[in-house]
Amino acid sequence: MNQPGKDQSGVDLDPAAATNESAAPGGAKRSPAPVRRQANRRRFIRSAFLVGGVLGLAMLGYVPVASARKARLRPPGALEESDFLSSCIKCGQCVQVCPVAAIKLDDLDAGFGLGVPYIDARRQACDFSCDAVQCILACPTGSLTYKKPATLPTRPGMPLARAPVLKAKEKDAEPTLNLRERIGLARLARPETCLAVQGKGFRGQARGADFTGRLRYSAIDRWRPIAVREHPYERDICDLCVSECPIKDAIHLQETIGPDGQKHYRPQVLEQCVGCGVCEMICPLETAAIVVDQRAAWSAG
Amino acid sequence: MSQLEALRVLFGAAPQKPPVISPAARQVHSLKRMTKADFAALKQHAHDHQLVNHKWRNRRWLVLILVNLLFTFSFWLDIQMLEGSLTASRFVGFHLIDLNSALQVMLAHKHVIVNLFIGTVTVFVLWVALGGRSFCSWVCPYHLVAEWFEWLHLQLVAKKRVSDHEFHRGARSIFWLVFSLLALLSGYTVFETISPTGILSRALIYGPSLALGWVLVLLVFEVVYSRRAWCRYVCPIGLTYGIVGAVSPLRIEYRLENCFHEGDCRKVCLVPHVLDVVIKGRAAELREPIGPDCTRCGLCVDVCPSGALVFSVKGLDRLL
Repeated sequence: MNQPGKDQSGVDLDPAAATNESAAPGGAKRSPAPVRRQANRRRFIRSAFLVGGVLGLAMLGYVPVASARKARLRPPGALEESDFLSSCIKCGQCVQVCPVAAIKLDDLDAGFGLGVPYIDARRQACDFSCDAVQCILACPTGSLTYKKPATLPTRPGMPLARAPVLKAKEKDAEPTLNLRERIGLARLARPETCLAVQGKGFRGQARGADFTGRLRYSAIDRWRPIAVREHPYERDICDLCVSECPIKDAIHLQETIGPDGQKHYRPQVLEQCVGCGVCEMICPLETAAIVVDQRAAWSAG
Repeated sequence: MSQLEALRVLFGAAPQKPPVISPAARQVHSLKRMTKADFAALKQHAHDHQLVNHKWRNRRWLVLILVNLLFTFSFWLDIQMLEGSLTASRFVGFHLIDLNSALQVMLAHKHVIVNLFIGTVTVFVLWVALGGRSFCSWVCPYHLVAEWFEWLHLQLVAKKRVSDHEFHRGARSIFWLVFSLLALLSGYTVFETISPTGILSRALIYGPSLALGWVLVLLVFEVVYSRRAWCRYVCPIGLTYGIVGAVSPLRIEYRLENCFHEGDCRKVCLVPHVLDVVIKGRAAELREPIGPDCTRCGLCVDVCPSGALVFSVKGLDRLL
């Protein structure tokens, strides 16, 4: 009775199981019935299609990445793009800590960039309202980092010459931002449209009444960013990109006397530019004259 | 069931009959056979007195919804209890990293910072204690949505409008391996791009996205073609947590004496292969732990008319 073996087991065998699986131990392995064999073969083919189909769809994520169709401005402290995409765990903790909600998560059309944070500077730039680059602090995987590990590559022109001084913190004991590399570089892309270049001023809401972007105006409230539309300007020569830049010595309004004796103005981006995008956001033109080139390096020339 | 056999089944092999059946179990098996008329009467009695309830299902849905709402409200209402999403988060400041996401990132990036390591270890310990794949049924938002669509699928099957097509469960192990290799070789966390768990979790917290379309495609596929296909045959997250569950003391336990072998449990189960032990004559012991692929969802506990399946913690009854 206690001996193992199919002849004396004294139990009902599930009939389906008997044809389905191998026979009881000790017995010879019965070959499955033809119907069962065919079902198994069909299941195998189906499964192969499933594996191929799912993997094929997953690899579609390569297309937008390889074609770099959407070059995105990443949050401060981001690693180089390929390292950034491999290390980001897509949790959105950087999104949650940003006081001006500058950080968004990318969608399906970004391929492998799905769920990865980016900044649309024209819509809402990073103005460092948090004072301490909170997004870097929040990142659990080091995708955003204060100090890049030595093993990861650093392109020339990306490290900042010295720690950037935050204008809002200028009078504090520690006025600098803990940021070693730029995320991009501002560039006067359309000088012909720039109001300052044309010698024009600007009056009113920088981006119109419907614009929802916010900025920290230290003179009004050191801690709470307010909507740009609630802060109209009145400038004889437009210098919003210069005056609203949160970083000290990152941009200035170059003044030259022309051969005609007239004063000419032109915003000039300096080496301390970190690429936050506030200039692009605040530019009052329909299409911004100044833009941030994501991941662009500084070159002395 | 030996641990090795349990792992074999987890990775996709068909469950096998036990090589040895203990004398006690053998006796129960034969007693059930010998008193057939009485057995039928007992079965009828149990059925007549069955309390139809959804105790565990309701508890589970409540926990699942509350956990996901805690993520959402931590951001929306800025209560900062559980910041982040299911892939990685911070619970009152403590890092938590989803094990499969951590695996993908570690393989792709090949550089592990302290916070990532701490969060991964914390979550590993947490799910060892809580049963491994219980992550799937008690936390994963896709599981809940798929459960609702599964109801639709079963309705259509009953009306013979669609039929269920099974795949080989080994496909999931292949997916796990291939996605790990892809992360390692390509440097991209490829699986995260198509993971409905991550997509749904982020959508609940940060708002809807186009990626929800992919989740809908999966759900439609499950309704019209193959029951719970993603969770059963594809999702590597399930396998990762299944491996964790292999060492977890929290599991469902099968009690041979209480079982009438009707198989209701296997009909409601997401992973019915773990319940092969309830087939007449299969149990090798009076009490058998259900294998690591079990999501500890409790549907079988709810549906069993005679209390043959219960939640148990290994070694707890010896301790008490």
